[in-house]
Amino acid sequence: MKKLAIFLLSAGAMILFALSITSADHIDAPAVTGTTMDITDYFAFESPANNNNMVFVANLQGLLSPTATGAAAFDEGTLIEFNIDSDGDLREDMIIQAIPRDGKMIVFGPTPATSIGALSTIETGATRVEVDITSYGETAEITNEGGITVFAGPRDDPFFFDLGAYQAVLGGTATGFSNPGTDTFAGTNVLSLVIEVPKSMLGNAATLNTWVATKIKR
Amino acid sequence: MKYRNFLSLLAIAFCFLFVACGDDSATEVEVDFDFSGEYTLSDQMARPAINTVFVAAENKDDFNTTIPADQGGVYAERFENRLLALNPGYTTNALGLDATTFTSILASDVLSVATTGTTTFFDGTNVLTGRALADDVIDVELLLIFGGPDGTANPGLTSDNVAANDKEFLNTFPYLASPW
Repeated sequence: MKKLAIFLLSAGAMILFALSITSADHIDAPAVTGTTMDITDYFAFESPANNNNMVFVANLQGLLSPTATGAAAFDEGTLIEFNIDSDGDLREDMIIQAIPRDGKMIVFGPTPATSIGALSTIETGATRVEVDITSYGETAEITNEGGITVFAGPRDDPFFFDLGAYQAVLGGTATGFSNPGTDTFAGTNVLSLVIEVPKSMLGNAATLNTWVATKIKR
Repeated sequence: MKYRNFLSLLAIAFCFLFVACGDDSATEVEVDFDFSGEYTLSDQMARPAINTVFVAAENKDDFNTTIPADQGGVYAERFENRLLALNPGYTTNALGLDATTFTSILASDVLSVATTGTTTFFDGTNVLTGRALADDVIDVELLLIFGGPDGTANPGLTSDNVAANDKEFLNTFPYLASPW
């Protein structure tokens, strides 16, 4: 108990200045919180429907209530970019880019990255697939072209976490998590971009280092 | 009616005009959207909740705009300090990683993904081979931060007791559940 008390005191002190803390990456930073650039979550997994394919998911603009979801929109000034490092240097070798235009999500790639790092240009020469952005309440619009499958639109937030209990622990008002816990993200939506591609388009490496970025037009 | 007939004639005339033009492929111009310009890094993430848990408030924006290749050098020591502040009793975790090793891995925020076999954050056997929708990533991270070498330390802090999403995931594309 003493150890826990010490933990709570130090954790509480550390965290008091950051009580607006959330997760997974939902509203994680002041510059992007509440903006169209805010990434809430990222997933990369083998397709449950086809083990020759890989699925990348980027979720943006989290904690959308059902009443707020219809008005949420992707931003034509925000490029969503999946980065794939296949040689272990933590720099992207392949990218998949997506940007909305006139109600469609336009996807370029996977394609070799020509500009590495914080700045990107849109790889308009790469394989291109377009999908109508699904409206709130509409059946999912899906495009499958050349083995690449794309969806963009609102979905249930797949993240689950008792954020309230976590904050209580860090704030020193609880000594541990509640049991059962309460999923803070229950009943909320996100804007999702889901892209499934053949693994053969991602190179031959046994392991890829991956991340998702949003980039805004300068 | 007369006016409408005139419009029809006009429309027909235009049709001929366009057919005529259509024969000359050089005059066909496909107007595309504007994709020009440079785009600069605004937000990024890989492993879940890393920024949230390990980055101090004043550095959160910087972490989001420091490319992964540069993150380790800037953030490894800060992450270690943060880990030891969160859990002063940290020795090693269930992966056998001491504080320096564990946080140096976390500071470079990339998600490793296996191109063959199971892709999961942790499923009891496979570790960090991807991240699937149903993975209870928060419990994995809590266990690695608070659970000690055998996962039994700080039992009240190693699970948030929320083990699944509030909606079933789909077996078919786009896999995420429909919105509320």
